[in-house]
Formats: sequence, C-alpha cells, structure tokens
Amino acid sequence: MDWVSALIQGILLGGLYALFATGLSLAFGVMRFVNLAHGDLAILAAYLTLSTTSSLGTSYWVSLLIVVAVMAVVGYVGQRGLFNFTLGVDPLPGILVSFGLGIVIQNALQEHYTATDRSIDLGPILTKSIRITDDISIGWFPLLTLGVAVVVLVALQLLFSRTRIGRAFRATADDPQTAQLMGINDRRLYGVAMAIAFAAIALAGFFRGARTSFSPSSGTGILLFAFEVVVIGGLGSIWGTLIGGIVLGVAQTMGNQASIGWDLLTGHLVFLLVLLVRPQGLLGGVRS
Amino acid sequence: MSFRVVRGSWGSTVGTSLAVAATIFFALFPLWGSDSTQLTLVEIFYFLSLAQMWNLLAGYAGLVTVGQQGFVGVAAYTIFVLSEQHSVDPFIAIVLAGLLVAGLSIPVALFAFRLQGGYFAIGTWVIAEVFRLTTLRIESLGAGNVQSFTVKNTFSGYSLESRRDLLYWAALALAVGATAIVVLILRSRRGLAMQAARDSAVGAECLGVNVHRTKLLMWGIAAAWTGFTGALIHLNSSTVTNQDAFSVLSWTALVVFIVVIGGVGSQTGPIIGVVIYWFITDRFEGSDTWRFIILGLVAVVMAAVARRGVDGVLQRIHPFEIFPVRRRLRREGAPK
Amino acid sequence: MTPTLLDVADLDAGYGDFQALYGLSLQVGAGETIAIIGANGAGKTTLLRAVMGQVRVRGGTISYDGEDLSGVPTHDRVRRGMGLVPEGRRLFPSLSVEENLMIGGYGRRPGRWTIPEVLAVFPMLQPLLKRASSTLSGGEQQAVAIGRTLMANPDLVLLDEVSLGLAPVVVHRLYEALPQIVDGGTTVVVVEQDITLALDVADRVYCLLEGRVSLSGPPVDLTRDAITTAYFGV
Repeated sequence: MDWVSALIQGILLGGLYALFATGLSLAFGVMRFVNLAHGDLAILAAYLTLSTTSSLGTSYWVSLLIVVAVMAVVGYVGQRGLFNFTLGVDPLPGILVSFGLGIVIQNALQEHYTATDRSIDLGPILTKSIRITDDISIGWFPLLTLGVAVVVLVALQLLFSRTRIGRAFRATADDPQTAQLMGINDRRLYGVAMAIAFAAIALAGFFRGARTSFSPSSGTGILLFAFEVVVIGGLGSIWGTLIGGIVLGVAQTMGNQASIGWDLLTGHLVFLLVLLVRPQGLLGGVRS
Repeated sequence: MSFRVVRGSWGSTVGTSLAVAATIFFALFPLWGSDSTQLTLVEIFYFLSLAQMWNLLAGYAGLVTVGQQGFVGVAAYTIFVLSEQHSVDPFIAIVLAGLLVAGLSIPVALFAFRLQGGYFAIGTWVIAEVFRLTTLRIESLGAGNVQSFTVKNTFSGYSLESRRDLLYWAALALAVGATAIVVLILRSRRGLAMQAARDSAVGAECLGVNVHRTKLLMWGIAAAWTGFTGALIHLNSSTVTNQDAFSVLSWTALVVFIVVIGGVGSQTGPIIGVVIYWFITDRFEGSDTWRFIILGLVAVVMAAVARRGVDGVLQRIHPFEIFPVRRRLRREGAPK
Repeated sequence: MTPTLLDVADLDAGYGDFQALYGLSLQVGAGETIAIIGANGAGKTTLLRAVMGQVRVRGGTISYDGEDLSGVPTHDRVRRGMGLVPEGRRLFPSLSVEENLMIGGYGRRPGRWTIPEVLAVFPMLQPLLKRASSTLSGGEQQAVAIGRTLMANPDLVLLDEVSLGLAPVVVHRLYEALPQIVDGGTTVVVVEQDITLALDVADRVYCLLEGRVSLSGPPVDLTRDAITTAYFGV
C-alpha cells in the first residue's frame, strides 16, 4: 500500500515539476534560449511573495497575482534589455549571461533575506487532504498544484495553436528572418514570450515556496528538475512536459519509498537513463 | 615564389620570455617570500589552473560546462581515501585522483554529449549533483561530515615547512602546466581542428575532422587537470566537506566569472581574469556574497556586450599574442 | 511619368567582408512591373534582401515612397507596404498552409487581400488549407508563399526566383496570376532566371552583372545581342 501511496504522491509531485518546466521550455521553444537563471528567478518570486505580503498586508494569494504581474514585466524588460543581445547561433553568451544572473540573484537574496529557511504559509489548505482509503490520501494542495499545472499547459497549448500571437511564436521559432517579412517584430515578440515564461516561473516559485521551505540556494534544484522534465518529456512537446513531470515525480517518491533520502538520486538516475536510451524524450522527436 | 606557415612574432617571443621569467620568479618565491603571500599565491595558481581548463572547454572546444565542480569533488574524496585512509603519498595521490577523474569523464561524456548548448550545460550540473549525492551516501566517506587530512596519515613524513612549500610548488606546476597545455593544444593540428569544429561542426566534419573524438579528448584532458587541481585544493585546505567540495559557486561560478572578465576563448583571458580577481579580493574585504554579486554583474554585462572581455579590449587597441599560436602565411622569394 | 515608388541610389551592400553590390542604382515607378535578370551571383537576391533590410548596406540609399529607409527594420518596411516572396519560398514548417497565409496578414494592413481572395487567384490551394506546408509540391508551396506575402496587402511586391526548381507548366500557371496581383495598382519586381518570361511580363527590365546594372530599358528596346552581353559580360 505504501507503494501505491508513493505512486500517487509522485503523480501529484509531477504537477509541481511540470510547472517548473513550463517557463524553461517556453523560452527555449520560442527563441532557443536556455535560461540558467530559471530556478533562481522562481525562488526570487517566492521571496517577493513573502515581501509583498509583509509590506502590503495582502494575503499570499493576492500577492501571487501581484508578483506574477511584476515578474512578467521584469521578463519583458529583461528580454529586451539583456537577453535579446545574447541570441544568435552561438549559445555561449546566453549561457554565460543567464548563469551569471542566476548566481547574482542567489547571492543578492542571501544578502537581503539571509540563509534562514522560509516558507509561504498558506494555512490549513496545506494540510487538508482527501481520504481515499485508510492508508492513501490525496493532499488538497498538491492536487491544486497539479490542477494549476494542467490549466497552464492547456492555456499555453491553446495560445500557441489558436491565437494570432501563438502563430507568430511558432513562425518566429521556425524562421526569424522570414517572420520579419510577415511584419513580426521579433525583438518585441521575444519580450512577450519571456514575459509569459516569467509569469509561469513566478507561479512555479509560489507553489514551490508553499509546498516546502526554501532558501536562496533552492533555485538550483528547481532548474535541475525543470531541465530533467524537459528532457524526459521531450523537447517541443507541451504534453511531454506533464508526462516528464510525472515520471520525475514518481521516480523520486518511489526512490524515497525504497530507501529514505534516495529521492533526488533516483530522479537523477531515471533522467540519465532516459537520456541514454531515448535522448529525444518520451514524447519528443518531431515538433508538436 | 613560395609560402611558409610561420608562427610567432616578436610579441609572442616577449610574451613567452616573460612567462618563463615569471615562472622562475614564482618558483623561487618560497625562498624569500612571506608565508601569507605564499598562501595567497597558491589560491591564485589553482584558480588559474581551473580557469585555463574551463576556457579550453568553453572558449575553444565549444563545451560550455557548469559541472566542473563534480570533478573537483570526486578528486577531493579520492585523494582523501588514498592519502588519509590508505596512506598513499599525497603528491602521488594528486596524480592518481586526476587520472581517476579523467577516466570517469568518459562515461560522463557518454551522457552529456547527447545534449547541446544550454541543455548540455545544465546536464553537466546534474551529473555533478549525482556525484555529490553519491558521495553523500557512502558511509566510509563520512556521509557529508567534515573530513580532515591529518599529519598522522596523509602528511606523515612531511614537516610543516616542506608540506607548505611542496603544496606551493605543486600549485605552481598546475598553473604553469595548464597554461602550457592550452598553448600546445592550440598550436597543434588537433587544436586547429577543434576550433574549426567549434565554429562549424558540419563544416569541420566535411574536412575530415573527427569532431566527436576531438571533443572527447579535450574533455578528458580538462577533466584530468581539473582533477589534479581539485585534489590539490583540498590537500591544501586539509579538509573535505561534501557541500564545499562540490560547490558550484566556488569551483565553477568564480572560475566562469574570472574567465569571462578576462576574455573567453582567448589565450590571455584566464591570466588577465585571475589577476583582476586577485586585485579585487586583495583590496575589498567584503563578504563572499558581495564578491559573487559584483563579479557576477561585471561578467554578465561583459558576456552580453563585451564578449571578448578585457583581452578583447586590449586586442582592439593593439592586436597581440603572448604565446606563439597563431599561424601566418609568409611569402618567401620575389614575386614574378 | 509615374511617381517613383522605390529608389535605389548608388547602393553598396554585402555579407560580412564580402561585397555583393557596387554602386547599384535603379528606380521602380508606382504600378510598374519590373524584371531583374542576371546570372547566378550577379546580386539579384542580395538586392531584394537589401531593399527589405535583411542585408547590411554600406553605402548609398534606398528610398520607398520618398522616405529614406536607413535604419528602418524589416518588419517596419513590411508595415509600410513592402513585401518579399523570398528565394526558396521559406514556408513555416510548424504552420499549416492556412496558418501560413494567416501569418502573412499579421501586420493587419488594410486592403483587398484576404484568404478567399488568395484562393480565388490560386484555387488549387483550397483543398490544401489544413495540410502541413512541407507536404506540398514545389508549385503549390510557391503559390502559398506568394499568397502569404499578398496577405500583408503590400503596395510593392518583390518576387525572388519564383520559377526556381519548378516545371515550366507550373511556372506559367503561377505567372498567370500576375495580372490579378497587378490589377489593383500593385507594383511588382520579379527576379527571374527565365529571360523570355521576364521580357514577357515586364514594363522595364534591369540586367545585373557582378553587382552592377549592366543594361536597362523596356523589353522592346533591348536586342538579343545587348542582353547577351549584359548578362554574361562578354
């Protein structure tokens, strides 16, 4: 029964991990930009949520909305003011800039907030759960996280496939030069893409910060898990993100079930296995 | 009329001579220099060694890694096991640790090379984490607690003085060796092939370059030297802790910033970067976090707008070479 | 004399260290159909790309509707009414045929071109709308590419090597659409490999050789010998 419970917890955890991966894969999908500051930005959002609540007195949920909006603006400005200059055939500038930025953010958070563990205390919802059987229960909050992840993924899927700007994203990702011939301002479009990615990152940081305690260095884990989800699920596949998240989540909970403390390592090993055996990912291969 | 490929210019002759003179100067330093400066120099040397290797990979071989801390950590624990637990001579153990890391780097490449660009970078980070978590699980390695190199086991037979000086000379050897290796590689045909592959893998393959094998070779060399350095670093500090040995901040971030500021993909980049780093840390006693914030911001701005770093700025003022690497075509004989 | 819509004066342009155009000058009047011919490497595609802002200009000016285009990015030029059907068609693989046409209208310039209008000109595309663009034949892809550019309601349409890689019968069918494009007063510049075709459709012809204009004039004024000399430089 413990194994079944671990499986269920793993699937729910997968929702959080899919949320982690969304912002990362969006930026890469539209502009081939791998944002190594991804995790640190998520943790930044978590800290901003705390600060917004403590300074404005709003509930954490309202702070979330504010932080998502602020992060979206930051993403737009950051893309147009910095990241746009790193785009091109050579991946080096993008890697260096985003890696450096992540390190700076991590250390700035350390300076300002210190290394003490913090958490976003959402109150009773964090502990309430649905009893399935005597041994198995589903937590409301993990379920909510999974739900939010699915909603975000569906929304993005619709955005990309049904809207004018979604078409522009796909066209620009295919061929930026010819996209300009369509009257598309690629610089501005990348800004919008990053704004959406940052909004997703903010959500990820919020749910991460509410689920377990965090500190300035927690961003690394988010980046690594997001990346593993993208690779496991497959590049360019929105549903791959969900599957990838679930696979990673289950790998971790099963690993922990097998031997306490083996969650991270098991997750990494499953990732390495997929990388070795099916490098294009479970749902990857052809563009979706 | 014929042509000859020529290497070297008076600039590189001066540069090489200065480098040799500096090496001799630093080699003799323990005879008259102060102990505290000597300790600082050890740190400079091992950072230069790490910087040269990271620059070789990221600046020349097109392998932008942020996972070298994995190799540093493995080397640290390896030398701990060898010297502290099995009383192998520490300086021999440095070599063994580096060789083990080099061997380990091959299966690492098996996984990592399946990824490209930014995802390759994160992949190397994941693998470093795997190494860290694995060593954390091994009971005999202390499971994350602080491990120390003792006089009784590791340093038996060495006086405090000789230990200090030998570590210094080992560090100098690593720094000089790293620099020499990079120069030799760049001068070689392999090195030319590698740079061609960096610019265009497809183009290089068409010319008969085995891109994969070249990259693997560079990867292994850098891993070995990073392993030697990692072993030395921990021998020098006398302790190994899981968190610090595998720290991305200490062994990757700082190195990356140093090289970026100096100039990625340039010969002098690592050297300039390390010198700048020395000045900054010497003058400003600020906290660790502020060091990372300042260096990081400078590096980020440079990576975006001054991609060739300080070296690039200097080259723009007047192009120069401090080691004879670049090939030039010189015309011989009178034109028809 | 019709007003000049596109004025290229003394243009120097190229790629990196390589210069492709040397002091090239030409004018296109509003409503005209101009053909540009020349051997491979003469600079025809570079010229069109420079006009659209996709190639670096080192000297000279390009003016559209009386305004200097220096510093104006490509997407702005499209918004002003310039359009290019690029060499090699370059349809977006992630978009269906219909979506390729839709993205052409991204800039939302007012005008007569809509998807039904495009289908009226290229009826063979009607059953293909939902298909992935890569599954189409060369001729169909070219039709989509032209339609896509028309969706932006351009006043000036540049067509780069429309006939490349296509059977003559297919090329002729595409060119049959030209009158319908020109009908509303649209100015057209065609870069063509097929000299006969070029002379057939154009009001005036320019011949390029090694980055310069070697011959120009209305087709009726150009002798076969003159064209041969201008084309090959012998």
